[in-house]
Amino acid sequence: MNEAGIIEVEGLTKTYQVGDVAVHALRGVDLEIRRGEFVAIIGASGSGKSTLFHILGGLTPMTSGTVRINGRDLAGMTNAERTQLRKTTVGFVFQKYNLLPTLSAEDNIRIVQYIADRDTTFDPAFQEVLGLLGIADRLKHKPRALSGGQQQRVAIARGIVNSPAILLADEPTGNLDSENSAAVLKLMKDLNKRLGQTILMITHDAEAAAYADRLVKMKDGRIV
Amino acid sequence: MILTLVGVSYGTLDGTAQRTRGVGADILLRPPGSSAIGLSSAPMSDKIPALLMQEPHVTFAMGTMVQPLSGLDSMTGLDIEDFKRLNGGFHYLQGGPLVNDDDIIVDEYYARQKHLKIGDVLNLVNHDWKLSGIYEGGKLARICVKLHVLQALTGNPGHLSQIFVKVDDPSKAQAVVDALRLKYHGYQIYTLEEFTSLLSISSVGLLKSFIAVVIGVAVIVGFIVVFMAMYTAVLERTREIGILKAVGGSSGLILNILFRETLLLALLGAALGIVLTYGTQWLMKHAVPSSLVQETVYGWWPIATGIAVVGALLGAIVPGMKAVQQDVTEALSYE
Repeated sequence: MNEAGIIEVEGLTKTYQVGDVAVHALRGVDLEIRRGEFVAIIGASGSGKSTLFHILGGLTPMTSGTVRINGRDLAGMTNAERTQLRKTTVGFVFQKYNLLPTLSAEDNIRIVQYIADRDTTFDPAFQEVLGLLGIADRLKHKPRALSGGQQQRVAIARGIVNSPAILLADEPTGNLDSENSAAVLKLMKDLNKRLGQTILMITHDAEAAAYADRLVKMKDGRIV
Repeated sequence: MILTLVGVSYGTLDGTAQRTRGVGADILLRPPGSSAIGLSSAPMSDKIPALLMQEPHVTFAMGTMVQPLSGLDSMTGLDIEDFKRLNGGFHYLQGGPLVNDDDIIVDEYYARQKHLKIGDVLNLVNHDWKLSGIYEGGKLARICVKLHVLQALTGNPGHLSQIFVKVDDPSKAQAVVDALRLKYHGYQIYTLEEFTSLLSISSVGLLKSFIAVVIGVAVIVGFIVVFMAMYTAVLERTREIGILKAVGGSSGLILNILFRETLLLALLGAALGIVLTYGTQWLMKHAVPSSLVQETVYGWWPIATGIAVVGALLGAIVPGMKAVQQDVTEALSYE
Protein backbone atom coordinates (compact mmCIF):
# COMPACT_ATOMS: atom_id res chain seq x y z
CA MET A 1 0.00 0.00 0.00
CA ASN A 2 1.06 3.55 -0.73
CA GLU A 3 2.22 5.42 2.38
CA ALA A 4 0.16 8.45 1.35
CA GLY A 5 -3.08 6.42 1.41
CA ILE A 6 -5.63 8.21 3.54
CA ILE A 7 -8.11 5.39 3.00
CA GLU A 8 -6.71 1.86 2.84
CA VAL A 9 -9.06 -1.05 2.37
CA GLU A 10 -8.03 -4.72 2.08
CA GLY A 11 -10.27 -7.76 1.74
CA LEU A 12 -13.31 -5.91 3.10
CA THR A 13 -16.46 -7.95 3.43
CA LYS A 14 -19.87 -7.17 4.81
CA THR A 15 -22.62 -9.68 5.29
CA TYR A 16 -26.11 -8.77 6.45
CA GLN A 17 -28.36 -11.34 7.97
CA VAL A 18 -31.91 -10.89 6.67
CA GLY A 19 -33.93 -13.51 8.48
CA ASP A 20 -32.28 -16.81 7.67
CA VAL A 21 -30.64 -15.43 4.55
CA ALA A 22 -27.08 -14.07 4.54
CA VAL A 23 -26.74 -11.15 2.12
CA HIS A 24 -23.16 -10.55 1.01
CA ALA A 25 -23.06 -6.82 0.31
CA LEU A 26 -19.26 -6.61 0.03
CA ARG A 27 -17.26 -9.64 -1.11
CA GLY A 28 -13.65 -8.61 -0.64
CA VAL A 29 -13.00 -4.99 -1.53
CA ASP A 30 -9.46 -3.62 -1.96
CA LEU A 31 -9.13 0.13 -2.37
CA GLU A 32 -6.62 2.86 -1.72
CA ILE A 33 -7.33 6.57 -1.86
CA ARG A 34 -4.50 9.06 -1.54
CA ARG A 35 -4.61 12.32 0.36
CA GLY A 36 -6.06 15.12 -1.78
CA GLU A 37 -7.74 12.82 -4.28
CA PHE A 38 -11.28 13.25 -5.56
CA VAL A 39 -12.53 9.73 -6.20
CA ALA A 40 -15.91 8.65 -7.44
CA ILE A 41 -17.24 5.19 -6.73
CA ILE A 42 -19.75 4.32 -9.37
CA GLY A 43 -22.05 1.39 -9.64
CA ALA A 44 -25.61 0.27 -10.07
CA SER A 45 -28.07 -0.06 -7.26
CA GLY A 46 -27.12 -3.08 -5.12
CA SER A 47 -23.49 -3.01 -6.15
CA GLY A 48 -22.39 -2.39 -2.56
CA LYS A 49 -21.23 1.20 -2.92
CA SER A 50 -23.51 2.55 -0.17
CA THR A 51 -22.39 -0.21 2.18
CA LEU A 52 -18.80 0.74 1.48
CA PHE A 53 -19.68 4.38 2.16
CA HIS A 54 -21.26 3.44 5.52
CA ILE A 55 -18.26 1.36 6.57
CA LEU A 56 -15.70 3.97 5.56
CA GLY A 57 -17.69 6.59 7.46
CA GLY A 58 -17.82 4.48 10.59
CA LEU A 59 -21.60 4.28 10.40
CA THR A 60 -21.68 0.51 10.14
CA PRO A 61 -19.17 -2.11 11.37
CA MET A 62 -17.51 -4.38 8.81
CA THR A 63 -17.69 -8.18 8.82
CA SER A 64 -14.04 -8.86 7.94
CA GLY A 65 -11.02 -7.29 6.30
CA THR A 66 -8.94 -4.23 7.04
CA VAL A 67 -9.93 -0.60 6.76
CA ARG A 68 -7.57 2.19 7.77
CA ILE A 69 -8.82 5.78 7.76
CA ASN A 70 -6.09 8.36 8.18
CA GLY A 71 -3.95 5.62 9.71
CA ARG A 72 -6.57 4.35 12.16
CA ASP A 73 -7.77 0.78 11.88
CA LEU A 74 -11.55 0.49 11.93
CA ALA A 75 -11.53 -3.23 12.70
CA GLY A 76 -12.74 -3.92 16.20
CA MET A 77 -13.61 -0.27 16.84
CA THR A 78 -16.28 0.21 19.45
CA ASN A 79 -19.32 2.39 18.83
CA ALA A 80 -17.72 5.15 20.84
CA GLU A 81 -14.53 4.94 18.80
CA ARG A 82 -16.50 5.08 15.55
CA THR A 83 -18.37 8.11 16.91
CA GLN A 84 -15.01 9.73 17.61
CA LEU A 85 -13.90 8.94 14.04
CA ARG A 86 -16.99 10.65 12.62
CA LYS A 87 -16.42 13.60 14.89
CA THR A 88 -12.80 14.19 14.02
CA THR A 89 -11.83 12.57 10.75
CA VAL A 90 -14.79 12.20 8.41
CA GLY A 91 -17.28 14.71 7.05
CA PHE A 92 -20.51 13.65 5.35
CA VAL A 93 -22.67 14.91 2.53
CA PHE A 94 -25.87 12.94 2.03
CA GLN A 95 -28.27 12.68 -0.87
CA LYS A 96 -31.16 14.00 1.23
CA TYR A 97 -29.02 16.79 2.75
CA ASN A 98 -29.93 15.67 6.28
CA LEU A 99 -30.03 19.13 7.80
CA LEU A 100 -31.72 19.58 11.16
CA PRO A 101 -35.02 21.26 10.26
CA THR A 102 -35.36 23.30 13.44
CA LEU A 103 -31.95 24.93 13.14
CA SER A 104 -30.85 27.71 10.83
CA ALA A 105 -28.28 26.98 8.13
CA GLU A 106 -25.65 28.62 10.32
CA ASP A 107 -26.57 26.53 13.37
CA ASN A 108 -26.60 23.37 11.27
CA ILE A 109 -22.94 24.10 10.55
CA ARG A 110 -22.06 25.25 14.05
CA ILE A 111 -23.56 22.17 15.70
CA VAL A 112 -20.81 19.95 14.30
CA GLN A 113 -18.25 22.40 15.70
CA TYR A 114 -20.05 22.19 19.04
CA ILE A 115 -20.12 18.38 18.91
CA ALA A 116 -16.38 18.35 18.17
CA ASP A 117 -15.74 20.72 21.10
CA ARG A 118 -14.42 23.38 18.78
CA ASP A 119 -14.84 27.13 18.72
CA THR A 120 -18.20 27.76 17.09
CA THR A 121 -17.16 30.90 15.28
CA PHE A 122 -16.32 30.82 11.58
CA ASP A 123 -12.70 31.76 10.94
CA PRO A 124 -11.83 33.96 7.91
CA ALA A 125 -10.77 30.95 5.85
CA PHE A 126 -14.14 29.29 6.42
CA GLN A 127 -15.95 32.56 5.71
CA GLU A 128 -14.20 32.44 2.35
CA VAL A 129 -15.44 28.88 1.82
CA LEU A 130 -18.99 30.02 2.61
CA GLY A 131 -18.56 32.69 -0.03
CA LEU A 132 -17.32 30.09 -2.47
CA LEU A 133 -20.34 27.94 -1.68
CA GLY A 134 -22.60 30.95 -2.28
CA ILE A 135 -24.52 30.63 0.98
CA ALA A 136 -22.99 33.47 3.01
CA ASP A 137 -26.24 35.48 2.75
CA ARG A 138 -28.50 32.48 3.45
CA LEU A 139 -27.06 31.42 6.79
CA LYS A 140 -29.90 32.76 8.94
CA HIS A 141 -32.52 30.80 7.04
CA LYS A 142 -34.02 27.49 8.11
CA PRO A 143 -33.57 24.59 5.67
CA ARG A 144 -37.21 24.79 4.55
CA ALA A 145 -36.52 28.31 3.26
CA LEU A 146 -33.62 27.12 1.10
CA SER A 147 -33.64 25.47 -2.30
CA GLY A 148 -32.35 21.92 -2.68
CA GLY A 149 -29.10 23.22 -4.12
CA GLN A 150 -28.66 25.67 -1.26
CA GLN A 151 -29.41 22.97 1.31
CA GLN A 152 -26.79 20.73 -0.24
CA ARG A 153 -24.24 23.56 -0.13
CA VAL A 154 -25.03 24.04 3.57
CA ALA A 155 -24.52 20.30 4.00
CA ILE A 156 -21.14 20.56 2.25
CA ALA A 157 -20.17 23.47 4.51
CA ARG A 158 -21.20 21.38 7.51
CA GLY A 159 -19.17 18.47 6.17
CA ILE A 160 -15.94 20.43 5.95
CA VAL A 161 -16.24 22.99 8.77
CA ASN A 162 -14.08 20.86 11.08
CA SER A 163 -11.51 20.29 8.33
CA PRO A 164 -11.98 16.52 8.21
CA ALA A 165 -9.35 14.35 6.57
CA ILE A 166 -12.00 12.95 4.23
CA LEU A 167 -15.30 14.22 2.89
CA LEU A 168 -17.63 11.35 2.08
CA ALA A 169 -20.45 12.22 -0.27
CA ASP A 170 -23.30 9.80 -0.92
CA GLU A 171 -25.16 10.66 -4.13
CA PRO A 172 -24.77 14.39 -3.38
CA THR A 173 -26.66 15.40 -6.53
CA GLY A 174 -29.28 12.67 -6.36
CA ASN A 175 -32.03 15.10 -5.32
CA LEU A 176 -30.95 18.05 -7.46
CA ASP A 177 -31.83 19.22 -10.94
CA SER A 178 -29.09 19.29 -13.57
CA GLU A 179 -28.25 22.97 -13.03
CA ASN A 180 -27.87 22.62 -9.27
CA SER A 181 -26.09 19.29 -9.70
CA ALA A 182 -23.48 20.89 -11.90
CA ALA A 183 -23.05 23.78 -9.45
CA VAL A 184 -22.60 21.46 -6.46
CA LEU A 185 -20.17 19.21 -8.30
CA LYS A 186 -18.13 22.21 -9.46
CA LEU A 187 -17.97 23.40 -5.87
CA MET A 188 -16.76 20.05 -4.68
CA LYS A 189 -14.16 20.02 -7.41
CA ASP A 190 -13.15 23.53 -6.42
CA LEU A 191 -12.85 22.55 -2.73
CA ASN A 192 -10.70 19.62 -3.75
CA LYS A 193 -8.40 21.77 -5.85
CA ARG A 194 -8.22 24.84 -3.65
CA LEU A 195 -8.15 23.24 -0.21
CA GLY A 196 -6.75 19.85 -1.11
CA GLN A 197 -9.82 18.27 0.48
CA THR A 198 -9.91 14.50 -0.03
CA ILE A 199 -13.33 13.57 -1.40
CA LEU A 200 -14.87 10.17 -1.91
CA MET A 201 -18.14 10.41 -3.78
CA ILE A 202 -20.63 7.60 -4.26
CA THR A 203 -22.79 7.96 -7.32
CA HIS A 204 -24.62 6.02 -9.99
CA ASP A 205 -24.50 9.00 -12.33
CA ALA A 206 -21.66 8.88 -14.88
CA GLU A 207 -21.91 12.63 -15.49
CA ALA A 208 -21.38 13.35 -11.81
CA ALA A 209 -18.56 10.83 -11.62
CA ALA A 210 -16.78 12.65 -14.44
CA TYR A 211 -15.95 15.50 -12.06
CA ALA A 212 -13.72 13.18 -10.02
CA ASP A 213 -10.00 12.59 -10.62
CA ARG A 214 -10.48 8.86 -10.54
CA LEU A 215 -13.35 6.44 -11.03
CA VAL A 216 -13.76 3.21 -9.13
CA LYS A 217 -16.44 0.91 -10.45
CA MET A 218 -18.30 -1.55 -8.23
CA LYS A 219 -20.42 -4.52 -9.16
CA ASP A 220 -21.88 -7.28 -6.98
CA GLY A 221 -19.91 -6.22 -3.91
CA ARG A 222 -16.57 -6.08 -5.65
CA ILE A 223 -14.45 -3.45 -7.34
CA VAL A 224 -14.19 -4.21 -11.03
CA MET B 1 -54.52 18.82 38.39
CA ILE B 2 -52.64 18.21 41.63
CA LEU B 3 -52.59 21.89 42.55
CA THR B 4 -56.27 22.35 41.76
CA LEU B 5 -57.37 19.35 43.81
CA VAL B 6 -55.13 20.29 46.71
CA GLY B 7 -56.39 23.88 46.48
CA VAL B 8 -60.02 22.69 46.55
CA SER B 9 -59.28 20.46 49.55
CA TYR B 10 -57.66 23.30 51.45
CA GLY B 11 -60.34 25.76 50.36
CA THR B 12 -63.19 23.50 51.43
CA LEU B 13 -61.65 22.88 54.85
CA ASP B 14 -60.74 26.51 55.41
CA GLY B 15 -64.23 27.59 54.36
CA THR B 16 -65.75 25.19 56.87
CA ALA B 17 -63.38 26.41 59.58
CA GLN B 18 -64.18 30.04 58.80
CA ARG B 19 -67.94 29.46 58.99
CA THR B 20 -67.55 27.53 62.24
CA ARG B 21 -65.51 30.36 63.76
CA GLY B 22 -68.15 32.78 62.53
CA VAL B 23 -70.74 31.20 64.82
CA GLY B 24 -69.09 32.99 67.72
CA ALA B 25 -69.27 30.06 70.12
CA ASP B 26 -66.42 28.89 72.34
CA ILE B 27 -67.10 25.17 72.47
CA LEU B 28 -68.49 22.64 70.01
CA LEU B 29 -70.14 19.39 71.04
CA ARG B 30 -70.65 16.70 68.43
CA PRO B 31 -72.04 13.18 68.58
CA PRO B 32 -69.83 10.19 69.35
CA GLY B 33 -68.07 8.78 66.28
CA SER B 34 -68.66 11.80 64.04
CA SER B 35 -65.94 13.02 61.67
CA ALA B 36 -64.46 16.50 61.67
CA ILE B 37 -65.58 17.36 58.15
CA GLY B 38 -69.15 16.23 57.99
CA LEU B 39 -72.31 15.28 59.81
CA SER B 40 -74.78 12.91 58.31
CA SER B 41 -77.11 12.25 61.20
CA ALA B 42 -78.76 13.86 64.16
CA PRO B 43 -78.37 11.47 67.08
CA MET B 44 -78.22 13.92 69.99
CA SER B 45 -81.24 14.88 72.05
CA ASP B 46 -82.37 18.48 71.82
CA LYS B 47 -82.57 18.49 75.60
CA ILE B 48 -78.79 18.56 75.89
CA PRO B 49 -78.39 22.35 75.29
CA ALA B 50 -80.62 23.05 78.29
CA LEU B 51 -78.52 20.67 80.40
CA LEU B 52 -75.30 22.27 79.18
CA MET B 53 -76.53 25.70 80.22
CA GLN B 54 -76.61 24.48 83.79
CA GLU B 55 -72.87 23.81 83.73
CA PRO B 56 -70.49 26.29 85.37
CA HIS B 57 -69.32 29.13 83.08
CA VAL B 58 -71.71 28.13 80.29
CA THR B 59 -73.85 31.12 79.37
CA PHE B 60 -75.63 29.73 76.35
CA ALA B 61 -75.93 26.61 74.20
CA MET B 62 -77.56 26.22 70.81
CA GLY B 63 -78.19 23.05 68.87
CA THR B 64 -78.41 22.71 65.09
CA MET B 65 -79.28 19.93 62.76
CA VAL B 66 -77.33 19.32 59.56
CA GLN B 67 -78.92 17.58 56.59
CA PRO B 68 -76.55 16.69 53.75
CA LEU B 69 -77.77 17.63 50.27
CA SER B 70 -76.35 16.68 46.90
CA GLY B 71 -72.64 17.23 46.29
CA LEU B 72 -70.87 19.14 49.02
CA ASP B 73 -73.94 21.15 50.04
CA SER B 74 -75.82 20.76 53.29
CA MET B 75 -78.80 22.39 54.95
CA THR B 76 -78.76 23.52 58.57
CA GLY B 77 -81.77 23.71 60.83
CA LEU B 78 -81.52 26.29 63.59
CA ASP B 79 -83.53 28.46 65.93
CA ILE B 80 -82.96 31.92 64.54
CA GLU B 81 -83.52 33.60 67.91
CA ASP B 82 -80.99 31.31 69.61
CA PHE B 83 -78.49 32.08 66.86
CA LYS B 84 -79.08 35.80 67.35
CA ARG B 85 -78.45 35.39 71.05
CA LEU B 86 -75.19 33.54 70.37
CA ASN B 87 -73.56 36.04 68.03
CA GLY B 88 -75.96 38.80 67.07
CA GLY B 89 -77.41 36.84 64.16
CA PHE B 90 -76.93 37.03 60.42
CA HIS B 91 -76.28 40.23 58.53
CA TYR B 92 -78.85 40.26 55.79
CA LEU B 93 -77.87 41.62 52.41
CA GLN B 94 -81.40 41.14 51.06
CA GLY B 95 -84.67 40.17 52.72
CA GLY B 96 -84.81 39.12 56.35
CA PRO B 97 -84.86 36.22 58.81
CA LEU B 98 -86.92 33.06 58.88
CA VAL B 99 -90.52 33.84 59.79
CA ASN B 100 -92.73 31.15 58.32
CA ASP B 101 -92.06 27.42 58.49
CA ASP B 102 -91.39 27.23 54.76
CA ASP B 103 -88.92 30.09 54.80
CA ILE B 104 -85.31 29.48 53.86
CA ILE B 105 -82.29 31.76 54.03
CA VAL B 106 -79.03 31.32 52.12
CA ASP B 107 -75.66 33.01 52.10
CA GLU B 108 -74.50 35.32 49.32
CA TYR B 109 -72.34 32.64 47.66
CA TYR B 110 -75.11 30.09 47.39
CA ALA B 111 -77.50 32.79 46.14
CA ARG B 112 -74.97 33.86 43.51
CA GLN B 113 -74.28 30.30 42.37
CA LYS B 114 -77.99 29.47 42.07
CA HIS B 115 -78.98 32.94 40.79
CA LEU B 116 -81.52 33.29 43.57
CA LYS B 117 -83.59 36.30 44.55
CA ILE B 118 -85.95 36.93 47.40
CA GLY B 119 -89.26 35.14 46.93
CA ASP B 120 -87.82 32.35 44.80
CA VAL B 121 -88.98 28.83 45.59
CA LEU B 122 -86.34 26.15 46.19
CA ASN B 123 -87.11 22.48 46.32
CA LEU B 124 -84.78 20.83 48.82
CA VAL B 125 -85.33 17.66 50.87
CA ASN B 126 -88.48 17.11 48.79
CA HIS B 127 -89.96 20.29 50.12
CA ASP B 128 -90.67 23.69 48.58
CA TRP B 129 -89.05 26.54 50.45
CA LYS B 130 -89.52 30.24 49.92
CA LEU B 131 -86.37 32.33 49.99
CA SER B 132 -86.83 35.00 52.65
CA GLY B 133 -83.29 36.26 53.13
CA ILE B 134 -79.76 36.37 51.72
CA TYR B 135 -77.10 36.89 54.37
CA GLU B 136 -73.42 37.72 54.42
CA GLY B 137 -71.34 34.56 54.16
CA GLY B 138 -68.95 33.20 56.75
CA LYS B 139 -71.37 32.21 59.49
CA LEU B 140 -72.40 28.65 60.34
CA ALA B 141 -73.80 27.40 57.02
CA ARG B 142 -74.78 28.31 53.48
CA ILE B 143 -78.43 27.21 53.71
CA CYS B 144 -80.56 27.57 56.86
CA VAL B 145 -84.15 26.70 57.74
CA LYS B 146 -86.10 26.43 60.97
CA LEU B 147 -84.81 23.63 63.17
CA HIS B 148 -88.11 21.98 64.05
CA VAL B 149 -89.22 21.97 60.40
CA LEU B 150 -86.04 20.23 59.23
CA GLN B 151 -86.26 17.76 62.14
CA ALA B 152 -89.80 16.88 61.15
CA LEU B 153 -89.04 16.64 57.45
CA THR B 154 -86.13 14.29 57.98
CA GLY B 155 -87.77 12.15 60.65
CA ASN B 156 -85.55 13.40 63.43
CA PRO B 157 -87.90 15.22 65.78
CA GLY B 158 -86.09 16.31 68.93
CA HIS B 159 -82.66 15.46 67.61
CA LEU B 160 -79.55 17.54 66.92
CA SER B 161 -76.35 17.15 64.95
CA GLN B 162 -74.14 19.54 66.87
CA ILE B 163 -74.28 21.98 69.76
CA PHE B 164 -72.48 25.31 70.04
CA VAL B 165 -71.67 26.48 73.55
CA LYS B 166 -70.81 29.97 74.76
CA VAL B 167 -68.92 30.50 78.04
CA ASP B 168 -68.61 33.57 80.19
CA ASP B 169 -64.83 33.75 79.83
CA PRO B 170 -63.22 32.37 76.64
CA SER B 171 -59.98 31.71 78.53
CA LYS B 172 -61.89 29.11 80.56
CA ALA B 173 -63.15 27.26 77.47
CA GLN B 174 -60.56 24.48 77.77
CA ALA B 175 -61.39 23.89 81.44
CA VAL B 176 -65.07 23.70 80.58
CA VAL B 177 -64.31 21.25 77.76
CA ASP B 178 -62.32 19.06 80.15
CA ALA B 179 -65.19 19.05 82.59
CA LEU B 180 -67.76 18.28 79.89
CA ARG B 181 -65.64 15.42 78.52
CA LEU B 182 -65.82 13.74 81.91
CA LYS B 183 -69.54 14.16 82.09
CA TYR B 184 -70.49 13.51 78.46
CA HIS B 185 -68.33 10.47 77.86
CA GLY B 186 -67.84 9.53 74.19
CA TYR B 187 -69.08 12.87 72.81
CA GLN B 188 -66.64 14.83 70.75
CA ILE B 189 -66.14 18.08 72.59
CA TYR B 190 -63.68 20.72 71.43
CA THR B 191 -62.90 24.33 71.96
CA LEU B 192 -63.64 26.13 68.68
CA GLU B 193 -59.94 26.81 68.30
CA GLU B 194 -59.10 23.13 68.68
CA PHE B 195 -61.84 22.07 66.27
CA THR B 196 -60.85 24.48 63.52
CA SER B 197 -57.23 23.40 63.86
CA LEU B 198 -58.42 19.85 63.15
CA LEU B 199 -59.76 21.01 59.82
CA SER B 200 -56.48 20.50 58.01
CA ILE B 201 -55.32 18.00 55.40
CA SER B 202 -53.08 16.15 57.82
CA SER B 203 -55.71 15.97 60.56
CA VAL B 204 -58.55 14.66 58.48
CA GLY B 205 -57.66 11.05 57.88
CA LEU B 206 -60.03 10.46 54.98
CA LEU B 207 -58.91 13.61 53.17
CA LYS B 208 -55.27 12.73 53.72
CA SER B 209 -55.85 9.38 52.02
CA PHE B 210 -57.84 11.10 49.27
CA ILE B 211 -55.01 13.54 48.57
CA ALA B 212 -52.51 10.66 48.53
CA VAL B 213 -54.65 8.80 45.98
CA VAL B 214 -55.05 11.94 43.86
CA ILE B 215 -51.32 12.56 43.86
CA GLY B 216 -50.66 8.90 43.06
CA VAL B 217 -53.06 9.01 40.12
CA ALA B 218 -51.59 12.33 38.96
CA VAL B 219 -48.07 10.91 39.08
CA ILE B 220 -49.10 7.78 37.14
CA VAL B 221 -51.09 9.75 34.56
CA GLY B 222 -48.28 12.31 34.29
CA PHE B 223 -45.71 9.55 33.89
CA ILE B 224 -47.70 7.83 31.13
CA VAL B 225 -48.39 11.10 29.31
CA VAL B 226 -44.74 12.18 29.45
CA PHE B 227 -43.56 8.69 28.56
CA MET B 228 -45.80 8.58 25.49
CA ALA B 229 -44.93 12.16 24.55
CA MET B 230 -41.20 11.51 24.77
CA TYR B 231 -41.51 8.15 23.01
CA THR B 232 -43.39 9.84 20.17
CA ALA B 233 -40.90 12.71 20.14
CA VAL B 234 -38.01 10.26 19.76
CA LEU B 235 -39.80 8.40 16.97
CA GLU B 236 -40.54 11.65 15.17
CA ARG B 237 -36.95 12.71 15.57
CA THR B 238 -35.40 9.46 14.51
CA ARG B 239 -33.84 11.05 11.45
CA GLU B 240 -32.60 14.05 13.45
CA ILE B 241 -31.00 11.73 15.99
CA GLY B 242 -29.43 9.81 13.13
CA ILE B 243 -28.00 13.07 11.75
CA LEU B 244 -26.57 13.99 15.14
CA LYS B 245 -25.01 10.55 15.47
CA ALA B 246 -23.67 10.68 11.91
CA VAL B 247 -21.87 13.95 12.53
CA GLY B 248 -20.24 12.56 15.66
CA GLY B 249 -22.85 13.13 18.36
CA SER B 250 -22.19 10.76 21.23
CA SER B 251 -24.84 8.82 23.17
CA GLY B 252 -24.20 11.12 26.11
CA LEU B 253 -24.85 14.19 23.98
CA ILE B 254 -28.11 12.82 22.60
CA LEU B 255 -29.30 11.75 26.06
CA ASN B 256 -28.28 15.13 27.35
CA ILE B 257 -30.39 16.84 24.67
CA LEU B 258 -33.37 14.62 25.42
CA PHE B 259 -33.13 15.12 29.15
CA ARG B 260 -32.69 18.87 28.88
CA GLU B 261 -35.70 19.03 26.61
CA THR B 262 -37.70 16.89 29.03
CA LEU B 263 -36.65 19.03 31.98
CA LEU B 264 -37.62 22.19 30.13
CA LEU B 265 -40.98 20.69 29.14
CA ALA B 266 -41.63 19.57 32.72
CA LEU B 267 -40.77 22.99 34.14
CA LEU B 268 -42.86 24.76 31.51
CA GLY B 269 -45.69 22.30 32.18
CA ALA B 270 -45.48 22.95 35.90
CA ALA B 271 -45.48 26.71 35.32
CA LEU B 272 -48.46 26.37 32.99
CA GLY B 273 -50.18 24.19 35.60
CA ILE B 274 -49.67 26.90 38.21
CA VAL B 275 -51.11 29.52 35.87
CA LEU B 276 -54.06 27.24 35.08
CA THR B 277 -54.89 26.89 38.79
CA TYR B 278 -55.67 30.61 38.77
CA GLY B 279 -58.01 29.89 35.88
CA THR B 280 -59.83 27.11 37.73
CA GLN B 281 -59.89 29.30 40.84
CA TRP B 282 -61.56 32.09 38.87
CA LEU B 283 -63.97 29.64 37.30
CA MET B 284 -65.01 28.16 40.65
CA LYS B 285 -65.34 31.59 42.22
CA HIS B 286 -67.68 32.72 39.47
CA ALA B 287 -69.50 29.51 38.57
CA VAL B 288 -69.80 27.57 41.84
CA PRO B 289 -68.74 29.91 44.67
CA SER B 290 -70.83 28.00 47.18
CA SER B 291 -69.96 24.41 46.31
CA LEU B 292 -66.25 24.70 45.56
CA VAL B 293 -63.64 27.02 46.97
CA GLN B 294 -60.10 26.76 45.67
CA GLU B 295 -57.20 28.23 47.57
CA THR B 296 -53.74 28.95 46.22
CA VAL B 297 -51.51 26.61 48.20
CA TYR B 298 -48.03 27.99 47.55
CA GLY B 299 -46.38 25.20 49.54
CA TRP B 300 -47.53 22.72 46.92
CA TRP B 301 -45.95 24.57 43.98
CA PRO B 302 -42.48 23.05 44.49
CA ILE B 303 -44.01 19.66 45.34
CA ALA B 304 -46.10 19.57 42.15
CA THR B 305 -43.13 20.83 40.12
CA GLY B 306 -40.95 18.12 41.63
CA ILE B 307 -43.51 15.45 40.76
CA ALA B 308 -43.69 16.77 37.17
CA VAL B 309 -39.91 16.86 36.78
CA VAL B 310 -39.28 13.42 38.31
CA GLY B 311 -42.15 11.86 36.33
CA ALA B 312 -40.96 13.45 33.11
CA LEU B 313 -37.33 12.42 33.56
CA LEU B 314 -38.30 8.86 34.44
CA GLY B 315 -40.57 8.81 31.41
CA ALA B 316 -37.72 9.92 29.17
CA ILE B 317 -35.33 7.14 30.19
CA VAL B 318 -36.73 4.35 28.00
CA PRO B 319 -37.08 6.35 24.76
CA GLY B 320 -33.78 8.03 25.56
CA MET B 321 -31.96 4.72 25.80
CA LYS B 322 -33.75 3.55 22.65
CA ALA B 323 -32.54 6.65 20.84
CA VAL B 324 -28.89 6.19 21.66
CA GLN B 325 -28.91 2.50 20.78
CA GLN B 326 -30.42 3.20 17.37
CA ASP B 327 -28.45 2.22 14.25
CA VAL B 328 -27.28 5.35 12.43
CA THR B 329 -27.98 4.12 8.91
CA GLU B 330 -31.47 2.95 9.87
CA ALA B 331 -32.14 6.26 11.56
CA LEU B 332 -31.00 8.22 8.51
CA SER B 333 -33.32 6.26 6.23
CA TYR B 334 -36.31 6.89 8.54
CA GLU B 335 -39.12 8.80 6.81
